[in-house]
Amino acid sequence: MRDVAIVAFAQTDHLRRTDELSEVEMLMPVLHQVLDATGLRTSDIGFTCSGSSDYLAGRAFSFTMALDGVGAHPPISESHVEMDGAWALYEAWVKIQTGEADTALVYAYGKSSPGQVRDVLTRQLDPYYTAPLWPDSVALAALQAQALIDAGDTDEAALAAIATRSRTDASDNPHAQLSGAVPAGDYLVQPLRTGDCPPIGDGAAAVILAAGDTARALCARPAWIRGIDHRIEAHGLGVRELTESPSTRLAAERAGVFDRPVDTAELHAPFTSQEVVLRKALGLGDEVTVNPSGGALAANPLMAAGLIRLGEAAARIHRGESDRALAHATSGPCLQQNLVAVLEGESAHA
Amino acid sequence: MPDILSAPLVVEFPFTRSLGPVQSAFLTGLRERTVLGVRTGDGKVLVPPVEYDPVTAEEIRDLVEVAATGTVTTWAWNPQPRRDQPLDTPFAWVLVRLDGADTALLHVLDAPGPEAVRSGMRVRVRWAQDRTGAITDIACFEPYEGDPGGSAPHDGEFADPVTGIVTPARLDYTYSPGRAQSAYLEALAGRRVVGERCPSCRKVYVPPRGACPTCGVATDEQVEVGPRGTVTTFCVVNIKAKNLDIEVPYVYAHIALDGADLALHARIGGIPYDQVRMGLRVEPVWADGSRHPDHYRPTGEPDADYDAYKELV
Repeated sequence: MRDVAIVAFAQTDHLRRTDELSEVEMLMPVLHQVLDATGLRTSDIGFTCSGSSDYLAGRAFSFTMALDGVGAHPPISESHVEMDGAWALYEAWVKIQTGEADTALVYAYGKSSPGQVRDVLTRQLDPYYTAPLWPDSVALAALQAQALIDAGDTDEAALAAIATRSRTDASDNPHAQLSGAVPAGDYLVQPLRTGDCPPIGDGAAAVILAAGDTARALCARPAWIRGIDHRIEAHGLGVRELTESPSTRLAAERAGVFDRPVDTAELHAPFTSQEVVLRKALGLGDEVTVNPSGGALAANPLMAAGLIRLGEAAARIHRGESDRALAHATSGPCLQQNLVAVLEGESAHA
Repeated sequence: MPDILSAPLVVEFPFTRSLGPVQSAFLTGLRERTVLGVRTGDGKVLVPPVEYDPVTAEEIRDLVEVAATGTVTTWAWNPQPRRDQPLDTPFAWVLVRLDGADTALLHVLDAPGPEAVRSGMRVRVRWAQDRTGAITDIACFEPYEGDPGGSAPHDGEFADPVTGIVTPARLDYTYSPGRAQSAYLEALAGRRVVGERCPSCRKVYVPPRGACPTCGVATDEQVEVGPRGTVTTFCVVNIKAKNLDIEVPYVYAHIALDGADLALHARIGGIPYDQVRMGLRVEPVWADGSRHPDHYRPTGEPDADYDAYKELV
């Protein structure tokens, strides 16, 4: 296995609307930030991979427009996942493992503002039995939250405390959309209140990956990806035990999370109740700093929020605030798909 | 900074899907007020049924009839129903484990309020009046205090089985084209064509998208191009598109507007289709009330030299 690290990370400010910007206009500043941070030019990048969704834009092949921002002419080695950018990062990591590239630019973006995101997300559901009922993303998360409450794993007060902790922590995150004292609000779908749900907004993020000595040359303290894995569960919600996340647990085992303690965990939990599930699956105790950025409850640009978890964890290692961090990304209803990575600073276990 | 443009954008499509033997039996069964599940290799009954065992991935089609009564395993109260959801009054989303089944079905429960709903409560199917073989043949669930039903083998055979479904999907958007394309559209309203120059390679892109695809940097210097241009390549269209009132055959062409480094595409008119050629000089024809040129027509100038546009082909 090659040693591969995240050497740069940038994200936009996450905003409720960005009508004045097209997707590529929103994306370009973060592409330039990660390139500037490493001194690389687009022509130096070995592989480029992105994550986004046509359903957010309401247009077919919308990602091709964003390619203008990475200088796709003359032709480059490029790929795209119709998923969160965390999975684009996984593809780029595999590409570097094959030896076909030494560096990769990974970016992700999503504008939720043009559509009704709760309705849009119903289109990812099974089209025979589920999608015709139009169960929106909050409703499905609320079913999981009630199952957790019934199981005695949490209660509404504990969920509100997760929301408060996240948005208080987000006060130190200049990119956050929602921070500080945010009211719990009314029930959106009971038992979830507006405060338990992520803000809807627009945003983008980018990271640069590099292998071995290239990473050391580009970054004073690279965030080495010591393990990364992703797993999926049955699509039928009624088949799954919603209070647990065996896919997260398995991905974490395969990524080596449990080999040594982690000091930081960036969890992609758009709903407060999902943090409860993830903490249990990952065995995280109070000694682990969870979502110091505020997490997805502070900013949830769809398709980028998972990549941002990897970027935030890496940035803490870059700054020397963490030696061994866990980053998690999710996709699909009720934590259907989960990706887990372990990031370490150079001297973490010297 | 021009005004930010926006326009409604509706994406609507009737997805037509075929059903395999298991889904066909389940949805036909709903039409006949019969709920079918499927038995896995280790004896579990899955409702709604799937074609492959979620644990072993084995193909399964051993159908079982289960009761139209069941138990709520989890729920969520929806105070504000959204468009296309099964009920238009406040309702509960529920996962229901039907009697005889080992897994739960997602649907909705008609109840007076959240205080009337709890996990473990007993419910039964309320059938839709008009049933077609769709999950919405279950109108909803309703509270039910009677005895649990049982399960029984079922051959899955029905007269006139449903073999396909049509699921209409509609999503509504408000499209905003962003800075560069807004400026382009604003200029078109004044019958001007505006591109943007890359600060690095100096190429002029039209329509501008805000970025240079070669350099990967923002373009921001506006440049008026055209209105005349040169046909760089073309094709003859022989098949009439739906809702298009243009007679075929007609010519669709790439046109390099004077001053632009990228060809845009448009229809060519005012000349027989078989006389259009590379190098033909053309100009836009604006229709009244339209934001875009309707088509381009010959200017009467001599054809451009190939060398003048070969980089743009």
